[in-house]
Amino acid sequence: MLKQKTNHQGSFAAVIAIAVLLGLIVLLENLSDLIPGLPAIFAPTSQLFTVLKKGAVYSLLAVSMNLLNGFTGLFSLGQAGFMLLGAYTYAILTVPMAAKDQVYYLYGGSAVKFSLMDLFQGIFGNAGFGGGVSLILAVLVGLILAGLVAALFAALIGMPVLRLKSDYLAIATLGFAEILRAIFQWQTLGPITNGANMIKNFPTFSDFNIKNASGEVVLRLSTFVPFLVSIVCITLIVLLIHSSYGRAFKAIRDDEVAAEAMGISLFKHKMLSFVISSFFAGVGGGLFAMYVANAQAKAFTSTMTYEILLIVVIGGIGSISGSVIGTFLYVACSEWWLRFLDRETYIGSFKVPLLRSGFRMVVFSVVIMIIVLFFSKGIMGEKELSWKGIGGLLQKLKRKKPAPAAEKED
Amino acid sequence: MEQLISAEYLVSILLSGISLGGQLALIAIGYTMVYGILRLINFAHGDVFMVAGLLGIYVSAAVPIYIAIPIVIVLTVALGFFIERAAYKPLRSAPRMSVMISAIGVSYLLENTATYVTGGQPMTYPTISFLTKTVNIVGTSTKLVVIITPILVLVLIALLTQLINHTKIGMAMRAVSKDFETSRLMGIKINTVISMTFVIGSALAVVGSILYFTTYPAITPTAGAMPGLKAFVAAVFGGIGSIPGAVIGAFIIGICETIIKGLPSAWNVSVFSDAFTFALLIFILIFKPTGLFGEKATDKV
Repeated sequence: MLKQKTNHQGSFAAVIAIAVLLGLIVLLENLSDLIPGLPAIFAPTSQLFTVLKKGAVYSLLAVSMNLLNGFTGLFSLGQAGFMLLGAYTYAILTVPMAAKDQVYYLYGGSAVKFSLMDLFQGIFGNAGFGGGVSLILAVLVGLILAGLVAALFAALIGMPVLRLKSDYLAIATLGFAEILRAIFQWQTLGPITNGANMIKNFPTFSDFNIKNASGEVVLRLSTFVPFLVSIVCITLIVLLIHSSYGRAFKAIRDDEVAAEAMGISLFKHKMLSFVISSFFAGVGGGLFAMYVANAQAKAFTSTMTYEILLIVVIGGIGSISGSVIGTFLYVACSEWWLRFLDRETYIGSFKVPLLRSGFRMVVFSVVIMIIVLFFSKGIMGEKELSWKGIGGLLQKLKRKKPAPAAEKED
Repeated sequence: MEQLISAEYLVSILLSGISLGGQLALIAIGYTMVYGILRLINFAHGDVFMVAGLLGIYVSAAVPIYIAIPIVIVLTVALGFFIERAAYKPLRSAPRMSVMISAIGVSYLLENTATYVTGGQPMTYPTISFLTKTVNIVGTSTKLVVIITPILVLVLIALLTQLINHTKIGMAMRAVSKDFETSRLMGIKINTVISMTFVIGSALAVVGSILYFTTYPAITPTAGAMPGLKAFVAAVFGGIGSIPGAVIGAFIIGICETIIKGLPSAWNVSVFSDAFTFALLIFILIFKPTGLFGEKATDKV
């Protein structure tokens, strides 16, 4: 799906691959309803779907960070700040009017007397097909606005910040993210941001599960939705990277002075990359709020930025497909595959040493350090996943396989 | 207004501001020295400071506190030395960003290990009776630690300045921070100098942690992150690479932060005590990126 599009045939294949992937996601999610008696792994509440949803959200966040850090060479650590802006914009604008008094009860209701949900429900109705249309439109408009607010803020701070060099840029963007976090926790803004408390009751992924009249779920789409949004956004980023702008970004990354000498406007392109990356970080922040079903400023710490940065490093700085693969590996390991490390385990009467709560993250960070130190190119380096690449790899394997067999016969 | 702010209140705020500033200064020196030599923001330094605090708790549970302190210093210095050898040395010829990512990785590892060891619960730092004695100063009663901190900081800085200006290793440090490659060619053992920098930085972080956690006794795995970042801002403010600059920056940040926290609670501004530091950082980066005492660096093509 992330093949370099050199011709129309390639793009056509990519579109087909995306459609097949989305179809498979829908099928997988509804499998337990279609065929009863499947293993627990296919149940809608299983770790598998947590990983898929979180993976879809984090993929977008990682790719948007990679656009800036990997493709433009701007080392920014402001990701959590832009996510925060996106999450809050989405949450504030989509909490239904009816739920506002309950969410903002500490402040006697919200100062924002407006909700995208009510706006669209007023036009299309709030039940049946019309309800679905208004939900889709409210979420869509909410996410786009989330991105725009983050992009606007990036444009504002970009002017002074982008003049700074490498690590100064990193620390300045980190600083802005911390300032944003303080502002959104400020009691005085409580009627808008709900102070240090969380905003909730806005539409989340599970609202997209289609229910029948008696309230039973007939078609689950809660994993499909984050995948769809992420794929659309990542495709837009891929198209950008393959455009002349993307080539300019890479030129700036490889050598600023040479790029400028070739007539590339450094400031214009850096700003463009910064604003676009922030836009998608904002959308990702909105998706993140949908995933955790709340928006709270204290979640968006610098640790979150570091986490996404480490994902980008694992996947390979400068590789989109690497970021996506890295994300799913990271999320699957931290949420699912390494869970056993956190449980105290007995083999017979022998207690396996070290295993207790928190050990998973220790092992995990050691693995990350090993990757950072010894495999600094990450999984993909700067390469992308392509049909050709997979084909080549398969052929290599085919050629290799008979060789050891032959040796054994000798 | 006059009723709100009494002279005693003002003195007590100023005193605790100076004390916080001194504690930050001890961390800031670690940042500024490492940056001066390696051009690396050592994101793990704040976590080394946190680990020093945790070691203080665990070691002092086994032996009396006055024996514990030297042991903690030795252990933390060993940690700092080991981090440099394991995580930064292999990347000496790699791009600067890789080393910074490695530093972030180390910080992540230290925080996660601390969560594992402590179970994520806040730990209480042992009371050092000598430091928590109450004394009277200008009509305000305060803990002795508040008075001792700035004095101790000044003494340590004086010693450090002597070391840097008048010893062989100090001269080597200055040479390396001036020009990494040339000093290597001149026969300076780069790795010894860098290790020494980490040793000094970690030792000062231990002193800082004793003073800091005596004042704010709860240690969580992320307790080092904020003081660490603030100390870094102090280092940038004073001009990165400059030790007096870092100390002055730390005192300014410490005092300003305590003042913001001490403002009337009706204004609801105490939430900005951390944000203020970063606003200061951005201000200085935009208007005087070299800081108060920093040297101007030019880009070489």
